[in-house]
Amino acid sequence: MAVNWFKYASPQTFYPLAGRLVPLFWLLAIVLGAIGLYIGFFVAPTDFQQGESYRIIFIHVPAAWMSMVIYVVMAAWAGLGLVLNTRLSSMMATALAPTGALMTFLALWTGALWGKPTWGTWWAWDARMTSELILLFLYIGFMALQAAIDDPRRADKAGAILALVGVVNVPIIYFSVKWWNTLHQGASVSLTRAPSMANAMLLGMLIMALAFWAYSIGAALLRVRSVILERERHAGWVRELPPG
Amino acid sequence: MQWESVGQFFAMGGYGRFVWGSYAVTAAVILIEVATLVRRHRTLRRRAGRSTATDSNGSSP
Repeated sequence: MAVNWFKYASPQTFYPLAGRLVPLFWLLAIVLGAIGLYIGFFVAPTDFQQGESYRIIFIHVPAAWMSMVIYVVMAAWAGLGLVLNTRLSSMMATALAPTGALMTFLALWTGALWGKPTWGTWWAWDARMTSELILLFLYIGFMALQAAIDDPRRADKAGAILALVGVVNVPIIYFSVKWWNTLHQGASVSLTRAPSMANAMLLGMLIMALAFWAYSIGAALLRVRSVILERERHAGWVRELPPG
Repeated sequence: MQWESVGQFFAMGGYGRFVWGSYAVTAAVILIEVATLVRRHRTLRRRAGRSTATDSNGSSP
């Protein structure tokens, strides 16, 4: 099948494509979210150590994963825009940042609410939590920097450099529980060994993670549509768009 | 299923305020983001047809 993917590298052709994809991804997010929550609350058993407080992980872990994944994808788009000078790549980076920041906030918030009953504290300056907080500041810094520069092309370049330098923080977050003796526990799920949790718990968490993926993609695609309209507002095709 | 009543479900074994505090804020954040995104796009789309080339930002040659 010969699909010309480069066709969609132009904002003009990507704008309607994104418009068709947003409802699909959000529908997927709702369906997966409903299944994941059902498993999380009605199928997964009570944890023998933590009681019911562990049910926070069904949103904590997906939010924390997304906070890191979105950052890497954002930096990759920003870097691509920097190297190839492609407008749409930079717009994708701009569109991902706020959703990434929200995921980071949710990871920290749900982590605090889980930590209080489990560890007896809302917050500790351990490596995992501190590096996740730095991730939030990186997202905020990226958005503030882009907002402070009037020329969008220069804003893209400056943002890309910040995003690329900040990538070093992502492996620090991920491996912090191995590298340092952190209050935060080690990974419950990894690619190299069997997960240390009940099957239903794991299944619920993975389905919720997929729901968060679908939601985030939909949110980024809808935001990039707005970014395209803002930046291309003087282009002929935008002015000829039918109302809707 | 481990819940014998609705009350037990909401109590979450005594961890209700932590569990529901997490889920409520997550739901609120998502709903606010969706509402903001939809409203922003709708406003920009409405303006799109009416824009004029009064400033040089982002104009195509």
